[in-house]
This record gives sequence, structure tokens and C-alpha cells, in this order.
Amino acid sequence: MVVIESLKFNNVTLKFGGITALNDISFEVKPKKLYSIIGPNGAGKTSIFNCISGIYRPTTGTVKYGDNNINELRPDEVASLGIARTFQNIELFENMTVLDNILIGCHRQLNYGPISSLLYSKKVKKNEIQARKNAEEIIDFLEIEQFRYSYIMSLPYGVQKRVELGRALAMNPDMLLLDEPAAGMNNEETEDIARFIIDIHEEMKKTIIMVDHDMNMVMDIAEEVMVLNFGEKLAEGVPAEIVKDKKVIDAYLGVS
Amino acid sequence: MIIFLQATVEGLSLAAIYSLVAIGFVLIYKAMEVLSFAQPALAVVGAGIISSLAVDRGIPFWLALFLGVILTGILGLLIERTFLRPMVGEPVFSVAVLTIGIDILLRTVLDSWIGINPKYMGDPFPTFGNFGAVNIGGVNIKYLELAALITAIILIIILSIFFRKSKYGIAMRATSYDQEAAMAQGINVGRIFGLVWMIAGILAAFAGFFITGGFNTLSQFSFISALRALPAVVIGGLDSIPGAVVGSVIIGLTQGYVAYYQLTFESFVGFSFGNGFSVVAPYIIMFVILIFKPDGLFGTEEVERV
Repeated sequence: MVVIESLKFNNVTLKFGGITALNDISFEVKPKKLYSIIGPNGAGKTSIFNCISGIYRPTTGTVKYGDNNINELRPDEVASLGIARTFQNIELFENMTVLDNILIGCHRQLNYGPISSLLYSKKVKKNEIQARKNAEEIIDFLEIEQFRYSYIMSLPYGVQKRVELGRALAMNPDMLLLDEPAAGMNNEETEDIARFIIDIHEEMKKTIIMVDHDMNMVMDIAEEVMVLNFGEKLAEGVPAEIVKDKKVIDAYLGVS
Repeated sequence: MIIFLQATVEGLSLAAIYSLVAIGFVLIYKAMEVLSFAQPALAVVGAGIISSLAVDRGIPFWLALFLGVILTGILGLLIERTFLRPMVGEPVFSVAVLTIGIDILLRTVLDSWIGINPKYMGDPFPTFGNFGAVNIGGVNIKYLELAALITAIILIIILSIFFRKSKYGIAMRATSYDQEAAMAQGINVGRIFGLVWMIAGILAAFAGFFITGGFNTLSQFSFISALRALPAVVIGGLDSIPGAVVGSVIIGLTQGYVAYYQLTFESFVGFSFGNGFSVVAPYIIMFVILIFKPDGLFGTEEVERV
């Protein structure tokens, strides 16, 4: 059994020249939680994701995943620890089919070297069949069967968002970072995505950190919420408390 | 008719050689968006290694060929690791200029080893009669040409399956499209670049051997032949492997036909194009094609946001 780790930010500060993107941020995401980060544009939500996935290095402070200091790892090393992510602006491989995109997610599970792949050994065959099986399960789960062989660039935005979620799931991660999964979607699509996220969380038992603007969805499905403003942590707690917090209402939800 | 077939065969064998170098160009371009000018130098260095092992050291030819190819692949890997890895994120132009520097470095070292006497490659089939040829219906086909054709076809088939099916192939395509997203899937982008350079080095070494094999010999000017893969990739489109092959066929056949028909054509029009026009002709074809297809025949058209 794989032990699912918790993620910890210890006093993380991230500076770009004179701009402080994150100021002394600390929080912990316990295993199997559905944790949500909200805040206005430029609050530093995506910066937090980039610190986790190794694209940015915190100026000071550490990011820990279990015992691993992931602020010292390369993005691909973080990914192989079992942390998958999606991007705010879809970053799929548009020149490939849906199936190939999802198979890319299986890259780490395919356990063979370049030479045996040239020889197409039994092991390679077994691995590839297993990967294809996983991919089909994910395609099934996300209800994108009819797009299996379509090229990404020919697909509507909502489906692309789902494929990106599928690619992240294909890595069989323990932790999933979702950067605005419902951005730019209509109500119906948002409900679909929310349903998938709940399923992933409850049935697949994965830790999920989600950034989003759609307050209704966040308040509906998140178990814990952190509110950011200009790189500062404003509040943290269960959704019911957050909506009542005075500072949060002023900064984000609007003064009524 | 015999002359036509003879020219076609020679053209196709040149095409095979060019396509090996050209695929190396395309692979590196696809992965890093850089045209590596070091490719022809890798080809002649590969030939140099094979010659020094097979002739100077007296190692059996096949072992020397194998070692030469592998060592050139490792050289490609080392070049990527030492010179190009620190350049990640730098402007493409700087990286391209760096590859010119690598080209000069490799060739200077090689030239000082070659000296003035051309080097031989050794003979794979001594019992067949040195560097011989087979005569089919009046068409004279050198073993070397035949070997180049067969080797290139086999390598191209293996590579195209590798790129389409294996996890490395898919990872390479993903890396060339979006490095950040590829890393987020757990793909070690550095290792992919290394693999690309290694494959490019291996292909270049094969090409280098066929360019300099037999009576052709390795001299300080051999790299010019390998450089003719450059118009081939430009014609085919910098980011298309099928394009590289088609471009190479166009260049190879042009060179073959011009070599055989230049005299007839000159006496027909009444003036001379000069000696060695066949090696210039490919570049003229390149210019003509670029006028109509600036991205090459198979290249992706550049769409830039205004």
C-alpha cells in the first residue's frame, strides 16, 4: 500500500525582483483532502502551484511532500513522486490525439529502456498493453469515448479541459493539482467537472488541491479553503466559516 | 536509358546518405527548435573514428563500424550535455551560432588528424573484390551505394516505428510541442534531448561512413557532402521527417541527373555551367522551392500572433 503523504508549505516567500508574489505562506494539505485556494487575480494562486510542481523555486522557505523537499526537485522529479497537475490555460499536446495525450500521462509507469523498446520485447508489449488499458479506463470515466482518435485542436474547450484532467489522472497520482478546472465553462460544463472532481476525490481517494474562481463550486465541494490576496494568506478554514469572514468578504466576495 | 538508370541509382544512393544526416537535423530541430550546424561535422568525425579503428588499429571492420557508430552517438550525447544543456532558455539564434562553433571545433581537431593524405575506411568484404560493383543489365551499382540504400531504408523504418509507438517517441513529440507540460507528466526533458542528439550522432556516423567509404576516402573536404543534407531539410521543411526524406531524394536525384546530363545540356544551349555544377544544382533547387513554399514542402507553416 502506498502511503499518501501530506503537503506542507513552511513560510514560503517568492519574489520576482521587487515584486513579492507570495509572502510568508504556510499551510498544510492533509492526505485525501479536497483543498481549495481562492483569491482575486494576481493573488498568487498559480504561483503556489508552480512552487509545488518545481517550475518556480521559493526565495525562502520550504515545500515538503512527506519527507521530500520538493522545492529542490525538477518538475519531472516532482511528477514522478505522484503529483500531477493541470494548467490554467490548457497545455495539451495539440498535434496529437486524445489517446496519445493520455498515454503520455502513463510515461512514468512504462518501465522499459530505449533498447528493449527497439527490440519490442515481451516486457515492452506487456507494459504498453497495460498502459492502453489504463488509458481506456480513464477515457471511459471522463466520458470522452467518441473523441479517442480526434486531434486536440479539433475539440471544443470543455472537452479539452476534460482531456487535460485525464492526462493528469493517467499518471496515477496521489495528489492532483487542478488550476481553474472550471474556468471559462458554462453552468452545465461546470457541473460535469464538479462531478468528476468529486468522483476522483471520493472513489479514487486522491488528495486534490484546486484553484478556482467559481465560488459556488468551490464552496460546494471543497473541504477546506485558503484565501489569498496580493500574496498574503487572508484566511483558512471550512467553507462555511470562510464565507462569513469579514476580511474575505471585503477583499474578494465584495462588500454587500 | 542505361544512362538514365545509372544516374537514378547513383542519385538515390546519395539521397539515402543525405536523408540520414537530414533526419538528424530534423530531430534536433523538432526537439530544440535549433538548426544544428554540427551535424556534418559529426558525420565526418564518425567516419574518422571508423577509419582510425579499422585501418590504423587494425580492428576487424564490422567491429570498427559498430564502435564508430556508437562512439559518435555518445559524442552527440556529450555535446548536448556539455555545450547545449546550459543554453536551455537562451535565444535560438545564440544556440544556432554555438552549433557553428561546435562544427568548427570538431572539424579542426579532425583535420589535424587527417593531414594531407586521405584516409580509407577499410573494406567490409575483402573476398568480394575491393569496393566492388555489381552489374545489372548494364547499370553499374557499387556495393557501397547498395549498402547505403539498404541501411538507410532499414534505419528509417526502425526510427519511424520508434517515434510512432514507443514511449520515447511519444515523449519526444510531447517535448517538442510543450516542454513545461511534458515535464509535468514526469518526462525528463534533459534525457530526451540527450537521446535526440545520440540518435542524430548515430545517423550521422552511418552517413559519414557511406560518404567516405570505398574510393571516396575521408579528406578535409568530405564534410561538404554531408552539408548537402541542409538544402534537403530546407526543401522538405525543418520539422518534418518525411519531408527530410523527400528533400533528400530531390537533392540526390538532382545531383545524379545533373552529373550525367550536364554535358549534353551544355552542348544543346551552347555555353558551359562549369565544372562540378552538380554539387551547386541542389542549392538552386532549394532557392526555387523556397520562393513558392517558404516553410518547405512538408514544414508546418509559421503562424505568428500579431
